[in-house]
Amino acid sequence: MSKTIAEINEKIKRGKAVVLTAVEVIDLAKEKGISKAAEEIDVVTTGTFSPMCSSGVFLNIGHSKPRIKLGGGEVYLNDVPVYTGLAAVDIFLGATAIPEDDPRNRFYPGEFNYGGGHVIEELVAGKDVKLVATAYGTDCYPRKKLETWINLKDINNAILFNVRNASQNYEVGVNLSDRMLYTYMGVLKPNLGNANYCTSGELSPLLNDPYYKTIGIGTRVFFGGGVGYVAWHGTQHNPDVSRTANGVPKEPAGALSLIGDLKQMKPEWLVGTSMLGYGCTLTVGIGVPIPILSEELLRYTMVSDAEIFAPIIDYSEAYPQGKPDILGEVSYAELKSGHIEVQGKDVPTSSLSSYPKAVEIANILKDWIKKGEFLLTEPVAPLPGAESGITLKPLKERPITE
Amino acid sequence: MDVSRRIVLHFPPRVTGQPVVYRLAKDFDLSFNIIKASVSPGEEGLLVMELSGDQENYDKGMQYLTETGVKIQSLSQDVVRDEAQCTHCGACITICPSGAFSLEPKTRKVLFDHSKCVVCGLCVKACPPRAMRLYF
Repeated sequence: MSKTIAEINEKIKRGKAVVLTAVEVIDLAKEKGISKAAEEIDVVTTGTFSPMCSSGVFLNIGHSKPRIKLGGGEVYLNDVPVYTGLAAVDIFLGATAIPEDDPRNRFYPGEFNYGGGHVIEELVAGKDVKLVATAYGTDCYPRKKLETWINLKDINNAILFNVRNASQNYEVGVNLSDRMLYTYMGVLKPNLGNANYCTSGELSPLLNDPYYKTIGIGTRVFFGGGVGYVAWHGTQHNPDVSRTANGVPKEPAGALSLIGDLKQMKPEWLVGTSMLGYGCTLTVGIGVPIPILSEELLRYTMVSDAEIFAPIIDYSEAYPQGKPDILGEVSYAELKSGHIEVQGKDVPTSSLSSYPKAVEIANILKDWIKKGEFLLTEPVAPLPGAESGITLKPLKERPITE
Repeated sequence: MDVSRRIVLHFPPRVTGQPVVYRLAKDFDLSFNIIKASVSPGEEGLLVMELSGDQENYDKGMQYLTETGVKIQSLSQDVVRDEAQCTHCGACITICPSGAFSLEPKTRKVLFDHSKCVVCGLCVKACPPRAMRLYF
């Protein structure tokens, strides 16, 4: 049995495509048998809704009269600093940027109530955002100051370009120390008081296509409530890791770099987020369709929480000091049961990734495909696999002695 | 008519030895849910609870408490969830000391049981999308 993406797209256009979510496919394919199910099922949809820090938006705000060169100047959006090292009116707003007068962790733990992620959410929600800029002035761009409201609908471009999203598996954070820790994995209570995890498990995009056989550059996806595309492999993409027999990485591995037009996205799926004592970020909704071109691909999408394992890491010592020690591996079935065992202790679990929202995303994408509104794309180039030789390197520090 | 109120009771030291809550239940048929308690014999005691029952009995119960020397305040702080803001991630579940958050088993949506909330406020800042609000 084999199908092509073009054949699946023909079925989608006729409204005849059989589409299931990555949760629904598990039982249904077992019930029908792999070979029959692979013939019948055309697409499996995945979903994830998690804080993703490497997110940000390129904005072109349009030229003022007289003109101003923001490039090389200073620009703030709702007091959040943006990057200006680009052409005259192109700026980049990153999800983790925070106002200069935010107290950070001076009052520990800092609250980080408002940052770049929140500005992105407000832009998408159609709210006016205050732009304050100073520039050095040139013959062709004489203006030195600009204060104005801007609105997403009025500016030329708003391109959400996230260089690392949708991580393929993630660590489970715990705290072996005797004090509370405030981390990007949430608040970790002392003496193994809790364990936090952060993927949607059996619904997570790259866990359903572990060897990147269908997801590649150019793959059309659900991105922030609209449509986006895989632009590249994500930063820190690390395909050569230990994997289970079904190919699923047992530690963080691949990642996606995604791009899309912010103007057609929705605030419900791009949520400004505050991690106590850590910083601001953006929670991003992503859903990737997986075409069932063969039995092998169907088998990958049948992966269940009991077959996905994550490493348990101590965030009081191993993580901050960059040590490779892990305290064990747990399955997502165990994590989702509400308790895991670490060093003989019963530890309650929480998730930072919203499972109900991941289900909702997979269902929205399923509806789009079933209605013929969303066609699949043939990747332009594959994502690098283990054979690429790409690895995750630590920083090689070289002292500067001058 | 039935009423249900969240109140803070301050017990002077001489009253902490008396079975006040038992009397509220037995004599006035009021059901109680203790939210927070700090009562030691011989010291001033504090009890935060939700009290429900028939309006007439409730009023009589309040009168009994006042006569006993207990000072009554309405609970002035409250933690409320902004339903539109909650993303149901679940970060709050292990943060809450009183187990007010739980997962609905089938959908894995986060349930907030207001009656278990002790208004400590830990969830307010630990909530990534800031969906929990503390009201005064």
